[in-house]
Amino acid sequence: MKYIDEYRQGDIAARLAEQIAALTDRPLKLMEVCGGHTHSIFKYGIEDLLPPNIEMIHGPGCPVCVIPLGRVDDSMSIAQTPGVIFTTFGDAMRVPGSKTSLLGAKAAGADVRMVYSPLDALKLAKKNPDKNVVFFALGFETTAPSTAMTVLQAAKDRVPNFTVFCNHIMIVPALKALLDSPDLKLDGFIGPGHVSTVIGTRPYEFVPNEYKKPVVVAGFEPLDVLQSVYMLVKQIVEGRAEIENQYARVVPRDGNRRALEAIFEVFEPRDYFEWRGLGSIAHSGMKLSSKYAAFDAELKFSVPGLRIADPKACQCGEILKGVKKPWECKVFGTACTPETPIGSCMVSSEGACAAYYNFGRLSKVAQRSASPS
Amino acid sequence: MAASSQLFERVERARRRKHKLRDDKITLAHGSGGKAMHELVEGLFLEYFRNPLLEQLEDQAVFEVGNGSKPTRLAFTTDSYVVTPIFFPGGDIGKLAIHGTVNDIAMSGARPLYLSAGFILEEGLPIADLKRVLESMQSAAAEAGVTVVTGDTKVVEKGTADKIFINTSGIGVIEMPVKVSAANAQPGDKVILSGTLGDHGTTIMIARGELELETEIESDSAPLHSLVSDMLDEAARVSSVEAIHCLRDPTRGGVATTLNEIALSSEVYVEILENLIPVREEVHGACEILGLDPLYVANEGKLVAIVAPELAEPLVERMRRNPYGKHACIIGEVKTDPPGIVAMVTGFGGTRIVDMLAGEQLPRIC
Repeated sequence: MKYIDEYRQGDIAARLAEQIAALTDRPLKLMEVCGGHTHSIFKYGIEDLLPPNIEMIHGPGCPVCVIPLGRVDDSMSIAQTPGVIFTTFGDAMRVPGSKTSLLGAKAAGADVRMVYSPLDALKLAKKNPDKNVVFFALGFETTAPSTAMTVLQAAKDRVPNFTVFCNHIMIVPALKALLDSPDLKLDGFIGPGHVSTVIGTRPYEFVPNEYKKPVVVAGFEPLDVLQSVYMLVKQIVEGRAEIENQYARVVPRDGNRRALEAIFEVFEPRDYFEWRGLGSIAHSGMKLSSKYAAFDAELKFSVPGLRIADPKACQCGEILKGVKKPWECKVFGTACTPETPIGSCMVSSEGACAAYYNFGRLSKVAQRSASPS
Repeated sequence: MAASSQLFERVERARRRKHKLRDDKITLAHGSGGKAMHELVEGLFLEYFRNPLLEQLEDQAVFEVGNGSKPTRLAFTTDSYVVTPIFFPGGDIGKLAIHGTVNDIAMSGARPLYLSAGFILEEGLPIADLKRVLESMQSAAAEAGVTVVTGDTKVVEKGTADKIFINTSGIGVIEMPVKVSAANAQPGDKVILSGTLGDHGTTIMIARGELELETEIESDSAPLHSLVSDMLDEAARVSSVEAIHCLRDPTRGGVATTLNEIALSSEVYVEILENLIPVREEVHGACEILGLDPLYVANEGKLVAIVAPELAEPLVERMRRNPYGKHACIIGEVKTDPPGIVAMVTGFGGTRIVDMLAGEQLPRIC
């Protein structure tokens, strides 16, 4: 496929891999912040191409993974309200709350429907004026503009039966929290691509400036990721800490002004938002601003709003911070599998645990058969 | 390293443990062809109906009838069709109901003979729609050389079914000493695919109209008995029909699920090469947009064959001469280790595990 296959060429990858290996044999830990990158890394087997001294740490940029149990329970409570059609992206259907998932709530009678865009939810609201249609808004600045535009449209069209259960989060406060975490030892960051199309590269400038860590904003095709690793390692070897933009074909330095305007118009930051595994982070979540309060599902429906602790055995937090590898979690692959996930990292294909479980086992199996220990 | 190898042993143990049904309600995941469905079938249905024929969990039961030195081998299968929309580019629910059952019979190496057809109709279904479905069944049956010899009709109140549900059962006769089974793949065998992947599932997804995509993709719904018959003929010519070890049509859950079933049943490692797998450009594009993987998307006119290596090349040549095998090709091979695993060498040069899906293939959000 044109404009896609160009970024998946194996021969170029092999040459790039050689160049990366030639840069250094120092052990380096690089974090890809975004779940989309984690997915690419596993889907294309990129780790197979990296030299053994370079370790990829899979960061917290998977929106489904960082949503806390309490918020999932809240979503279910709204979905189970009589007269509600609850709409969600497919990914969120299987995320476990403290008791069940939206898929389970659907089987128990709740009207839960999968949509590809919040605009589809708005359409559904117009088609079903006697129902309350709620959109489960999830994701970073990547998906926030489409939610914002939909709310603006709903306001313009005066759709009284459409609301948004807003769980949008922001990447920069999460990055800061990560960098301030004392147990974190990272050499550099692969910066998120889609988020940056909206916010630009400027918001990351504090990473090299204050924390002296290099950042390369990267695209999602496998050659994008590999080239970004090369750029990042090169910075480290040359002693530089800068923002570089590998994804310049899509990401402008200042982001997308119209998308940002829509976000600022519709949302305002929450004082605190809880992240699964990372805890409460100041100003990291968005809610509907008072001007658009009529579209806020949290105000329209009574939600329990309880903070529910993660299951004791689950180590999603350490895994999201890159402190632990998925296989160092005691329940990984035994009690916690993609069929019966305990932690959210096992649910989404972008989650580090699911990615590892689904895509990553082979090289380990091969190692095992090569060296009978 | 020791720790990680322990871990992977743990994971493999977990993967192999007996399917247990933990859910207390049926969810859509139980119908999607992945692990949840295996849990339902093996953890519940099999517990109640267990017998040596059903236990093999093939797409059809193969048994012998008649006495004497030359009993007749028959293949028997059943399938229900609930697709929505009932009409879609390249086919409709009626055509699917004939082809699906014909193919399940054909995958045992049998010649399909007779079909039954049961209809559950929703109150209010336009007779014109029913006529269209029946016409299409008629011509599909004629092409496949089968006759519908018994049937049943029920009408249910509006809202208790979706327009039309069809069940077909079929019976066929096995006339050659065929020995195909998902448990029969052997190291060294080649994996053959009869054509492009994902056409049917992608067509249905787009025909539902929720995505506002316009494409020219059509369902691949097709009867495969003539292709199988050509394959058996070629195998007999080259060596013996026994050189064809597994035959499956990768419907729900796609090729990935089919290969996993084979790898687990045969205790072998299956390695496929991404660069060799034919996917139509439009299907590839639609899957990119929808966040789906063609390996897991349903097909209705394709088969996967696992065959002895010396048979592979001539077999593919022969398949390509059949209209339903034009794009047949070798996509990988069977190895010994690690058993029970399917992996793909990506076009990019890495390797990844191709596991069975837990439930439905849910699109990623970003």
